Amino acid sequence: MINKHVSSAAEAVCDVFDGATVMVGGFGEAGSPVELIHALIDQGATDLTVVSNNTGSGEVGLAALLKAGRVSKIICSFPRTANSTVFPDLYRSGKTKLELVPQGTLAERIRAGGAGIPGFYTPAAVGTPLAEGKESRQFEGQDYLLERGLKADFALIKGQIADKHGNVIYNKTARNFGPPMAMAANVSIVQAVQVVEPGEIDPENVVTPGIFVDRVVEVANPVHESVLVAEGVSYP
Amino acid sequence: MSQQAQISGWTREEMAMRLAQDIPNGSYVNLGIGIPELVAKYVPEGRTLIYHTENGLLGMGPSPESGMGDPELINAGKRQVTANPGAAFFHHADSFAMIRGGHIDLCVLGAMQVSKDGDLANWSTGAPDAIPAVGGAMDLVAGVKSVYVITQHCTKHGEPKLVDSCTYPLTGCKVIDRIYTDLAVIDVTPHGFQLVELKPGIDFEYVQERTGAEVLPISNERDG
Repeated sequence: MINKHVSSAAEAVCDVFDGATVMVGGFGEAGSPVELIHALIDQGATDLTVVSNNTGSGEVGLAALLKAGRVSKIICSFPRTANSTVFPDLYRSGKTKLELVPQGTLAERIRAGGAGIPGFYTPAAVGTPLAEGKESRQFEGQDYLLERGLKADFALIKGQIADKHGNVIYNKTARNFGPPMAMAANVSIVQAVQVVEPGEIDPENVVTPGIFVDRVVEVANPVHESVLVAEGVSYP
Repeated sequence: MSQQAQISGWTREEMAMRLAQDIPNGSYVNLGIGIPELVAKYVPEGRTLIYHTENGLLGMGPSPESGMGDPELINAGKRQVTANPGAAFFHHADSFAMIRGGHIDLCVLGAMQVSKDGDLANWSTGAPDAIPAVGGAMDLVAGVKSVYVITQHCTKHGEPKLVDSCTYPLTGCKVIDRIYTDLAVIDVTPHGFQLVELKPGIDFEYVQERTGAEVLPISNERDG
């Protein structure tokens, strides 16, 4: 019997090791796996490389992981977020390095990593400062940049419903980076509002097939980052 | 120049209204944050546009009524929105396949500078202490079929934003097709800036004085 259900967020992230590369889903607060990130803060792994579109807001979730000093590098498209000075301070002091990647290139690098494609050519960023040091090539008279696929040791993802085989469906625009990150990580961990038995999700509706998911944990009432920020919460 | 500076150009709303007239019915459109978002309010009656937001929604609708929103239904500016009938959700790699693959008809963006060759600078001043953040702008300008800029003609300090060549870091090279400012509508052509339309009451010389490169007047429009 296959059962990827684990009993707690703490158990789900127990083996994240120092120096690991961790993909963190979410676009702003939509899809941000706040409970898994807080469990990772409690767990203590450090010197992490994080792959995420943003750097979190306030002092909760991803911003709290950064503030705790656990992230030595972030690969990111938009590290400027309202309500947070955590990343700007770390960036200016040199404590957290930044690899800035155009958003579509970031998504495709993650997808490619999960699909066994080590590199691909894209027109985005040609002629800009983000092209510096990158190999370029012409196809049919147009310039393209070589970009590398991205893989990770772990991915932390927020879903809506997951079954015990790891099949996942998402909520609206919280889907964002979840499906490609699930493909690209060695261990993909999904927190879902509901964990159900195999067969309870119609196979026609599965968004992330269970082969890409290693652990699911039920977080029935996930917090919303914006609510915590408005309340002035600082984790831990 | 100070006396002429009293002349009032189109307001932000009028700029958005002017641009909205030029979008064909049925277009798939991505609107950037800020003035570009206003365009949706002024689409002429009888036309339906389908709005794409790069965080994974086609068929984006207006802001929800107070208290009716979902923090997981947001736009690229991270504000709560709604999904219109016929909408679709998808993941980020598919969203940028729509962009990079040339499936989106039109993108409207703000600008810090646009050059006469259509280069765009809109993501960074290059200041050493700034936090660099690019988002999806570079992918949008590289992949969307038509890219329009909507911007004030000059900066708050009166510097031209339409320039010979951009001094700020580029978002993309030769990517802008048309510019809507508070003073005029201007195409980017192989011959440089080509005036399309002046705001009523504003003359050509006034626009040329405030532009950092030659503007071809309407009467001198060349073929091609």
